[in-house]
Amino acid sequence: MTSSAHEGAQGPHHASGAAPVALEAIGIVKRFPGVLANDDVNFDIQTGEVHTLLGENGAGKSTLASMLCGLYQPDAGRILRNGVPIELPSPRAGLQHGIAMVHQHFRLVDRFTVAENVVLGSRDLSFKLNRRELNDAVAAVADTYGLPVDPTATVGDLSVGQRQRVEIVKALYQGAEILLLDEPTAVLVPAEVEKLFENVHAMTQTGKSVVFISHKLGEVARISDRVTVLRNGCVTGHVASKGQADAKELARLMVGRDIDLAAQRASHPIGHEVLQIRDVNLTMNGVNVLSNISFNVHEGEMVGIAGVAGNGQRELADVIAGLLSPTSGTISIGGAMSTDRGPIAARELGLAYVPEDRLGVGLVPSMSILDNLLLTRDRNIVVDRASVMPEATRLIDEFEIKANGPEHMARKLSGGNAQKVLLARELSGGRTATKLLVVCSPTRGLDVGAIETVRRLLDDARSAGQAILLISEDLDEIMSLADRVLVIYRGAIVHETPGETASLEKVGAAMAGLTQGSA
Amino acid sequence: MNDNIWVLMTGDSVALATTLILAALGALFTERSGVLNLGVEGVLLTSAISSFIAADSSGSVWIGLIVGSLAGALLAGIHAVLAVVLRANQIVSGLALVIFGTGLANYLGKPYEGKTISVKLTDLTFGPLTDIPLLGPILFEQDIITYLAVLAAVVSSLYLFRTRPGLEVRATGDDPATVDAQGLMVSTIRIRYTLFGGLVMGLGGSWLMLAESAAWHQAATTNGVGWIALALVVFASWRPIRLVIGAVSFGFTLQLPYTLQAENITFIPQAFLQMVPYVATLISLIALSRPGSTNALGAPKSLGIPFVRDER
Repeated sequence: MTSSAHEGAQGPHHASGAAPVALEAIGIVKRFPGVLANDDVNFDIQTGEVHTLLGENGAGKSTLASMLCGLYQPDAGRILRNGVPIELPSPRAGLQHGIAMVHQHFRLVDRFTVAENVVLGSRDLSFKLNRRELNDAVAAVADTYGLPVDPTATVGDLSVGQRQRVEIVKALYQGAEILLLDEPTAVLVPAEVEKLFENVHAMTQTGKSVVFISHKLGEVARISDRVTVLRNGCVTGHVASKGQADAKELARLMVGRDIDLAAQRASHPIGHEVLQIRDVNLTMNGVNVLSNISFNVHEGEMVGIAGVAGNGQRELADVIAGLLSPTSGTISIGGAMSTDRGPIAARELGLAYVPEDRLGVGLVPSMSILDNLLLTRDRNIVVDRASVMPEATRLIDEFEIKANGPEHMARKLSGGNAQKVLLARELSGGRTATKLLVVCSPTRGLDVGAIETVRRLLDDARSAGQAILLISEDLDEIMSLADRVLVIYRGAIVHETPGETASLEKVGAAMAGLTQGSA
Repeated sequence: MNDNIWVLMTGDSVALATTLILAALGALFTERSGVLNLGVEGVLLTSAISSFIAADSSGSVWIGLIVGSLAGALLAGIHAVLAVVLRANQIVSGLALVIFGTGLANYLGKPYEGKTISVKLTDLTFGPLTDIPLLGPILFEQDIITYLAVLAAVVSSLYLFRTRPGLEVRATGDDPATVDAQGLMVSTIRIRYTLFGGLVMGLGGSWLMLAESAAWHQAATTNGVGWIALALVVFASWRPIRLVIGAVSFGFTLQLPYTLQAENITFIPQAFLQMVPYVATLISLIALSRPGSTNALGAPKSLGIPFVRDER
């Protein structure tokens, strides 16, 4: 282990210094209204290395990267390219200095072909487009770095992993020497992550530099030559890791305290059946979305539903929540039939639902935290805000929600805080005490600190005797929380195993549809 | 033979289609850059009266056409400032432009009400070609602007789909954030195409005045052609060539009631026939105003959405 962390380090000047410094940022300060996004940040990147910017959401990683590529202007500080001070008034200027950013939300035109997207904005493009030449040129760049893409394919038809490849090809085509990858693995499945890491290695081999932005400790430890950790806009440490940084140490630098994401199981014996699903089938537009689903969830038990996105998970949750009516089969909550009775009846039977789409389905973005809480509580004609105010204040405190108060608008919350508001509302019970909690992808897009909190909250709810159905695409999460794991594939439960003894291989194979039938 | 009313009518449809092609082409360029300009009707009226005044006082149709076009660009410039620079609601701004343009035209046209213009754009003649049965009068007895309009549609199609600036404007309409990340100026592109769109609409309005109407009758001069042009862009899926075909069919339906009346064909009440183009317009404008539904029609994805760089 060559790791050497020094908390509160002032400068990026380290001993190794073998390769020349390609890009250096000194004393960068950036303010947004009410937020100090970057506070005196120093960062540098050498030729041919992978330097990771690690930090929680809102730590200022993307802001720093956006300034390095010319999208934002720093309020103070200097940027040097090969030791020469440069100005980056626009992304165009960044490109001229060989700096390109691959954004988390891809900057691609869906209706254009791969080649059109790659050449868009390129200065040395002739007035008249020669498609064949462009296609060949794009394919040539793609091949050089082992990034297989079809230049004539329409981007809208491509998978997320392929689109990311198009973004990288675009940057390379435009002559990028330094690539800033903003949370590149957030959207990828494990196999695509491996492929991306191969591509990153291929690029650094040819002298390109990669700034890898992430909050996923395992990946960061694997891929980085060096790591710079940001917290609340400040650099909290530089770690020279050479591909083997200590994840625990990184987590501490990132969050500012020790983090525990160890497995948690039911501590109490499980009780009666709360949710009973019997032979549920659902056909939508002539397609079998759910077929013959039957299972139970008991008091104090957490059942995890694992599966690749789009295998019927969302519909299953909606059927339980009463938002969809099953074509056949029955659902009962707490012993009472809830089939075909709609969402209000399901809630009155003790259901709490945390949908996948937090700000679309879960919360009303344009309303305050208080009003969002009121949605499941007060059903009088005249809204009585004052009566819920103390509870709102208490929940904000209890769930550690970072907000200005109960009047804070939901839209202005970060992903993690929005999720905490939603959990606070659902876990604290509405008009009926919560018996059954259905949660979908509760930690998606959250940072480590928030993930820890959300998991603890779910575990607490389980200990309090609530029955929990955890639907998630994050296999790690299911494996470390669920007492029982069910795998859904093409709308059917294809595998069932106790969480304690679940094998990652078997569950993974079942998710991919490679099962010998043990439903 | 060439006096056959149906032949004349088809010829007239092509002629009427000229305004539609130009007005819709202007709207198409504006919309391709992501700006929705509902003010076409106002732009047409203002450019029509401007061209009337300019042509009448100078004695030259060409000066009329130039002044009318510039008036169109000027009015579109108001929309560009409101919608692109100030990021106002584009629907509200566009509707305001209709009201403003109509009022301005009525004010400017007050002294000219009912007057006939002293000069008129004349049809080109192609000698023997014009005498070809059926096709002759339809294809070879039009004025130069009509030919230019069709040519402009073809050139526009090549421009949009075969050139670098065409690629850039389409990208701006679909995904301005992408264009911005490439270092192209979204606002500049949008302002440029809004102004250019206004110029082309203005040419359409001027042509309507100088070749078709010849007399100023306030709002009756355009008769809602600006709204039909907006609908036409939807019908054409934002593609210039389809727009020409659509414009000719709209021109035909606009002309049909008068032809049938002249022929004494009365089994369909005339009022119903007159309604057809407007009903079709209404339906497609409803389609246009429903978010989501326009995607399937091929609308630019960011149509009508102001671009703000994503700062917190």
